[in-house]
Amino acid sequence: MVGPMTITERARKKAEKLDRLGELSAARDEERGVSLWQEAFRRLRRNPAAIVGTVVLGLFLLVAIVGPFFVPYAPTDTIGIREGLVKSGQGIIPGPSGDHWFGFDHQGRDEFSRLVVGARQTLLVGVVSTLIGLAIGALVGGVAGAAAGLGGRWGRWIDTALMRVVDMMLALPSLLLAVSIAALLGASLTTVMIAVGVVSVPVFARLLRGSMIAQANSDYVLAATSLGVRRSKIAIGHVLPNSLAPVIVQATLTLATAIIEAAALSFLGLGNPDTAIPEWGVMLADAQPYLGIRPALAIYPAVAIIITALGFTLLGEAMREALDPKLRK
Amino acid sequence: MALLDVEDLSVTFRQRGKRTVRAVDGVSFSVDAGEVVGLVGESGCGKSVTSLALMGLLPRQPGIAVEGRADFDGTDLLRVDRRTMRDIRGRDVAMIFQDPLSSLNPVIPIGRQVTEVLARHRGLSGDAARKEAAELLDRVGIPDPNRRLKEYPHQLSGGMRQRALIAIAVACRPRLLIADEPTTALDVTIQAQILELLKDLVRDSGTALVMITHDLGVVAGMCDTVNVLYAGRVVETARRKPLFAEPRHPYTVGLLGSIPRLDAGRGERLSPIRGSVRDVLPWADGCAFAPRCDRQVDACLGQPPQLALTHTDRTYRCVNPVPPAGSPAPASPTAAEPAAEGIVPAQATAAEDAPAAVEDAPAPAEDAPAPVAERATPPAPREEESA
Repeated sequence: MVGPMTITERARKKAEKLDRLGELSAARDEERGVSLWQEAFRRLRRNPAAIVGTVVLGLFLLVAIVGPFFVPYAPTDTIGIREGLVKSGQGIIPGPSGDHWFGFDHQGRDEFSRLVVGARQTLLVGVVSTLIGLAIGALVGGVAGAAAGLGGRWGRWIDTALMRVVDMMLALPSLLLAVSIAALLGASLTTVMIAVGVVSVPVFARLLRGSMIAQANSDYVLAATSLGVRRSKIAIGHVLPNSLAPVIVQATLTLATAIIEAAALSFLGLGNPDTAIPEWGVMLADAQPYLGIRPALAIYPAVAIIITALGFTLLGEAMREALDPKLRK
Repeated sequence: MALLDVEDLSVTFRQRGKRTVRAVDGVSFSVDAGEVVGLVGESGCGKSVTSLALMGLLPRQPGIAVEGRADFDGTDLLRVDRRTMRDIRGRDVAMIFQDPLSSLNPVIPIGRQVTEVLARHRGLSGDAARKEAAELLDRVGIPDPNRRLKEYPHQLSGGMRQRALIAIAVACRPRLLIADEPTTALDVTIQAQILELLKDLVRDSGTALVMITHDLGVVAGMCDTVNVLYAGRVVETARRKPLFAEPRHPYTVGLLGSIPRLDAGRGERLSPIRGSVRDVLPWADGCAFAPRCDRQVDACLGQPPQLALTHTDRTYRCVNPVPPAGSPAPASPTAAEPAAEGIVPAQATAAEDAPAAVEDAPAPAEDAPAPVAERATPPAPREEESA
């Protein structure tokens, strides 16, 4: 084994010379193994929009998780009526006071407590429905993308079939689709989650498919193919990890729309029929008849929905920027 | 018999509504173990399509037809089924690509990209694979290999990336290596190092190397045999020294003439080949190079020129070739009589005996920046638009 040794030595000497040159001319990353995700995270930390979004969502999470344990009144306690303060029939719904920060709702329940407890429900619906959409959409899109990008003639056939189904779903207005599903399955919390989740399936599917097809044409896929790596392994090990960035961004943005859509379904009466558990959409619907008397009852949940959605959107946009390959150095 | 015998390889792209493109048109060459064979030509002459066809990497679509034979140690690479081809790729035949950054997966550490091949073809896994991967990186001259294994492609310099790519290609000790412009994306000092590395690998392992390049400097430093391609056909084949000493095909002469030279006098102008690769004639109508050729004669048109054989090592496809050095007055450009028989073997030997003169002409010192032939020619269009 004289040959390889000599190569090694010669090559190493040259490489060391090269490295010294390299260190002089350019500052190399000192950390070992900085992946693209780590780099994206570093960029994210420097983005003010990301910080604002994270803070908003952090507060929202905190409220959703621990809030219900600290609320001053039970969200179902019709304390206002019991104490004779609220007479909805006569148009008497008191506003904020020292004891009841946001006043009462039409049934004499403490509005602030309901808002805080409602955060958990809203978060649950948003996250679960997005996960449902992500799981189904990524599965459909991943199969279609891998088939179209790497699968040859049969693959293109599979892709076409799957995408026609997805296109049909895309053709329906999302809220109409959600309402139909919710009406079909009967009003319940699970229904809301499924309905809102299914609506986001075509978006995830299309996105992942497009991203995978673009990646399947890249040089590293050709290089891996030239090394005899199996196609299934190329699809899962090479193409998929490179295609995930836009999907993750989309998931963050979808959380925002999912919350709004879940609220809309509740507003339309297709939400959780168990009104004991407050939900922002339900609160909005409940406030409707009293808009003339106490518009604030609609404004509180509306603002809560808007701020949460905005938080997710800010974070999503910031993530899009951080993961943008064009901004990579 | 040679390790790889390519016979009459043709690749045709047919697309509805567009002209049929014959990107590779009857290319034949052979490569022996331990030999470096160059495929040289400007952009769009079919070099890369040739390599992709040999690797079976052209998409299998109705519009793409690959014909001919590529006999690799008894197996026809163009005819084996996909499963067998996948086993051959990476194990027996491997390829090195032009752009090391885009050829490495950006989200996977280098180490996993090396061990993936080791797992696929040599059944190595876990620590054994990691150890072998570190040895491979060390072998191609990457310092501190254990650390590099954990790094991502964007953390490596261009030269390091190409070394890593070479390490992956030679991981399973392939018998044939196809390098498709392996140094084009690198700067010149790194180019020289990478070529040196490839040369060492070929010498020490007996791997056959097909070197695809547009850079005659690379050819001069590396190749034993050179095939000059034009518009999908081999127009001249020769051993390295005779080719540089006395190119016979006007296109080869043009390529050599368009290299910027350090020893050229001040104010001396480069002589580019006029026209561009777009100005080709379909081979069926005569010599594809005729519209750009200074030595065009009537016989160039009408029918495709045959490969003229001078002696065993040397063929060219021209009816009015450039006369060999030392022959009497150059043939008149209008002479219809082809001068194909003009070579006296003694003259070729004489050229071989004077290596100094030969080497000095176009070949740069091996570690010096290699001149890039294409810089002198106008930017050529991609092959889809041409031919």
